Amino acid sequence: MSKLRQQILILHLSNPELSSNTIAWALYDGAAPADKLQMQTGDEDTPPYKSVLDAMRDGWFVIQIPPLPVYRHGEDHETAHLPYEYVLERKVEVDG
Amino acid sequence: MAEVTREDLLTAKQMAQFCVDGYLAFDAFVPEELNKAVYAEQVAGNGYWDKGTAIREVFDLPKVKGILQSLVGLYPIYDHSALHIVGPHHRDGQIYHADSIIDARPYAFDIQAMYFSHDVPKESGPTLILPGSHLRRTSNLSIGRYKNIVGQKQLIGKAGTIAFLHQAIWHCAQPNQTDNTRYMFKLRLRAGQEQRGLFNTDGYNDPEVRRVFNAHHPWHGEESRAENVMRAKLWRYVSGDDRVDVSFEGVLTRMHI
Repeated sequence: MSKLRQQILILHLSNPELSSNTIAWALYDGAAPADKLQMQTGDEDTPPYKSVLDAMRDGWFVIQIPPLPVYRHGEDHETAHLPYEYVLERKVEVDG
Repeated sequence: MAEVTREDLLTAKQMAQFCVDGYLAFDAFVPEELNKAVYAEQVAGNGYWDKGTAIREVFDLPKVKGILQSLVGLYPIYDHSALHIVGPHHRDGQIYHADSIIDARPYAFDIQAMYFSHDVPKESGPTLILPGSHLRRTSNLSIGRYKNIVGQKQLIGKAGTIAFLHQAIWHCAQPNQTDNTRYMFKLRLRAGQEQRGLFNTDGYNDPEVRRVFNAHHPWHGEESRAENVMRAKLWRYVSGDDRVDVSFEGVLTRMHI
């Protein structure tokens, strides 16, 4: 009997437009067994998808669209975490 | 021991590159004989600042002292040091982090020197850094869910490679697929004076130096202009000239900043 498990793909884009370039990515695979190595820092040079739209075409569902940045006086030119962070999911069957 | 000369200091172009990237790396910079002496101490368990003698010699080299003097001045203050060890066949990469917490100083920075006494090819677990991340307001592990970022760079090199990092740059240790232990000695220093005009400032406003600030890191995306402005402000601080303007379109001057 098979069961559903969730895979989470986080894509960071270069601007808020969903077809803009992927600049960072991380995969958290809930379908993989505990002893299987998950994606590690620095283990890939090329993004799995060029953009969020590209990932959507391949069956990933967007579950988070980031709110647009709020720019406050006094912090006009400061940067912090990657702002355009999209969370996508895919549900896959695993053997139960 | 030879003293530091002006030739040992960073040039204006090198310092500009540090401002843009948040680090400078020098491949096979330390003489091989000294690397072997440090490595022997590390293998013997004595590769620490307070235990080793060879490691002190590395940081007494005039060309190493000259770089540190350019960054943190004539009176650097020891903050801490560590010997980071990644054992053979260690498969996990460390998560991305920036050392310590958000630094409240607007422009001043500490320096973390990372020194490798042995060859560090890709498979041996070189430190991974993200060039251009040093001016971002993040705190220690707050960047920990990021895994791969366009432009990330492994500090691979031959024995004697040493890198000088802004303390806030994003980084992490990498898996070691080899049969050998990977050693990385880290020394953190802070400045005992304002970090203004400490390097060889000759030509600091020349076109060749100004062009360094035109480059941007692709991962900055839409934020590349904000990042450029922060670098232009940092250049005013480290050059000691509060009027110099290397920002795009001269926006600092336009906005009377």
